[in-house]
Amino acid sequence: MMRRAGFLTTLAALGLFASQTAQAAGDAHPIPSQEWSHSGLFGTFDQAQLQRGFTVYQNVCAGCHSLRLVAYRNLAAIGLTEDEIKAVAAEQEVDGEPDEDGEPTTRPAIPADRFVPPFPNEQAARAANGGSMPPDLSLMTKARIGGPDYLYALLVGYQDEAPEGVEMGEGMSYNIYYPGNQIAMAAPLAEGAVDYADGTEASVEQMAKDVTAFLSWAAEPELEDRKRMGVKVLLFLIVLTGLFYAVKKKVWADVH
Amino acid sequence: MSNGNGQSGLVKWIDERLPVFTFMQHELNDYPTPKNLSYWWNFGSLAGFVLVVMIVTGIMLAMNYTPHVDYAFDSVERIMRDVNYGWLLRYIHMNGGSMFFIVVYIHIFRGLYYGSYKSPRELLWMLGVIILILMMATAFMGYVLPWGQMSFWGATVITNLFSAIPLIGEDVVTWLWGGFAVENPTLNRFYSLHYLFPFLIVGVVVLHMVALHTTKSNNPLGIDAKGPQDTIPFHPYYTMKDYFGIGVFLIFFAGFVFFAPNFFGEPDNYIEADPLVTPPHIVPEWYFLPYYAILRAFTEDYFLYVPISWLMSAKLAGVIAMFGSIFVLFALPWLDTSPVRSARFRPIYKQFFWLFLINCFILGVVGAKAPDDQVFTWFEGFQYVHLGQITTAYYFFHFLILFPLLGKLERPKPIPKSISEPVLPGGGTVAAGAAAKPMEKA
Repeated sequence: MMRRAGFLTTLAALGLFASQTAQAAGDAHPIPSQEWSHSGLFGTFDQAQLQRGFTVYQNVCAGCHSLRLVAYRNLAAIGLTEDEIKAVAAEQEVDGEPDEDGEPTTRPAIPADRFVPPFPNEQAARAANGGSMPPDLSLMTKARIGGPDYLYALLVGYQDEAPEGVEMGEGMSYNIYYPGNQIAMAAPLAEGAVDYADGTEASVEQMAKDVTAFLSWAAEPELEDRKRMGVKVLLFLIVLTGLFYAVKKKVWADVH
Repeated sequence: MSNGNGQSGLVKWIDERLPVFTFMQHELNDYPTPKNLSYWWNFGSLAGFVLVVMIVTGIMLAMNYTPHVDYAFDSVERIMRDVNYGWLLRYIHMNGGSMFFIVVYIHIFRGLYYGSYKSPRELLWMLGVIILILMMATAFMGYVLPWGQMSFWGATVITNLFSAIPLIGEDVVTWLWGGFAVENPTLNRFYSLHYLFPFLIVGVVVLHMVALHTTKSNNPLGIDAKGPQDTIPFHPYYTMKDYFGIGVFLIFFAGFVFFAPNFFGEPDNYIEADPLVTPPHIVPEWYFLPYYAILRAFTEDYFLYVPISWLMSAKLAGVIAMFGSIFVLFALPWLDTSPVRSARFRPIYKQFFWLFLINCFILGVVGAKAPDDQVFTWFEGFQYVHLGQITTAYYFFHFLILFPLLGKLERPKPIPKSISEPVLPGGGTVAAGAAAKPMEKA
């Protein structure tokens, strides 16, 4: 709905409508926009950032959130070597083929496997999280209004104390950007929560930015290919359409 | 390809037995077309082009899609991530739906402006309305296939509308679902029908073309071609103009596919369907928003509903109005009593045409909003549902009351004698009353 905000604001500018966007219950703050290396016509992902973001995902998010649509082999796209990918995969156990007696077995995950979820099923996930289900993160930046901007805002939008007069539910945290402001996830990022291999200082903002970039890649791994092809396709179409126009003019020159 | 004049022996041999080449020569090359068609006449062939794009990408997507509630969402993501150029196919198909409606809506409004539905083109117009209805059914079922939250809840809301039918409503809904909820059988039949309907559309498009080539194209002046001086052969004039139109359209289309592929989509549809979690706002795709607004306009206290409240529930009235808003188009050729086709010569109708267009846009905005949201910050108590009620009333007023009245009350401007001499000699010496004479038959 909000994706069409452009059209709606145009109408609002025409004076037809007050530009009040339908905000969900609670006074969620407007989401500030951020600079992303992957936005814009020629945007690409920053590999170093994606790797840092992957570190944050592995050390902070992966304890509760699955990433079930991404395979370990996909990590090659963010610059991990084959051996690194094998090592990351091998940390997890997955179901194997039954053995010769028909008994179920397990084996270490291989690069072709998808990210192994932290909990075997939804019940286990809820039991470990006070009844709430931590959502899968594979499509998170596409599945929320505001996309990466929203995700970043959410990660840095925690406040230690709820404002005066707000009754907080059991185990809930106050987040200024979350619809309704009460979120079951406790503030996930704390200063220095991870050690970045490249020596970048792990501030909350830095980690939020990095992991959001990583999850943007996880949601749209085709983004770079898509934009690269898009530029070529548009250039081709503009030339082709120009030629069509020239021929059309020539053909029509004798009419009237 | 040979031009069918029989240069090639094989072509001649075939043509004498099955005159496909003669047919193509007649209908695609020689087809006499008014020479004054504007670019608004590009949208018919554009719609045909999009239909082909949708069928081709759709068939390829079907090769990789799994119509099962447990696998549908993941199979779409597998297309996006693992199938070679799967993201391209899927984004073309997904945005192609929106493009199809943009093109077809422009095509329809062109017909409204230039009176393309009037005699002798009534059946041509009605076939077009059938295509629109088939398109809407196809689009609705296609949107369910990715099995996201909006797919599921959209399907639930829309199929539930049929429960408003008295006596048999509940049974009809069960029959549509193939069960007692939107479940796997529903997804399966929607998939099957989503594959079938485009070919029904192709069939009706063929009839639409036959009717067009029988009555010939309307034109911006809305007068009949009087002879060869008013027409040009379709090829190369309009083939070339259509190519140019397709080029411009493809630039627009590609802009969305490659740089804003989810512009028309709902973020909620990237969350897998969950019958236990209702999204905060259930909204249909943008091309259904005006009808959705009409549906929701019928509340207990709506002034159009109160007089019939003894007869039916507000929900049923809303459902009837929603379907009626499309079906009323079938009656346009008879609701419009003006003998003049083009709005160029209908000064009052022209104003109302633009008012109607704006009204449709407002209906679309209303459809996207929560009904009880305030429209203006400075006008307490005026909610979107109220705006929807006013615009819904205008929608039907426009067709049912204004159309018959305008034809009687309006004084059309003088109509040119022919396409090749659009300017009247002596500058409008024809008496205004003369324009009211019935339009000559083709």
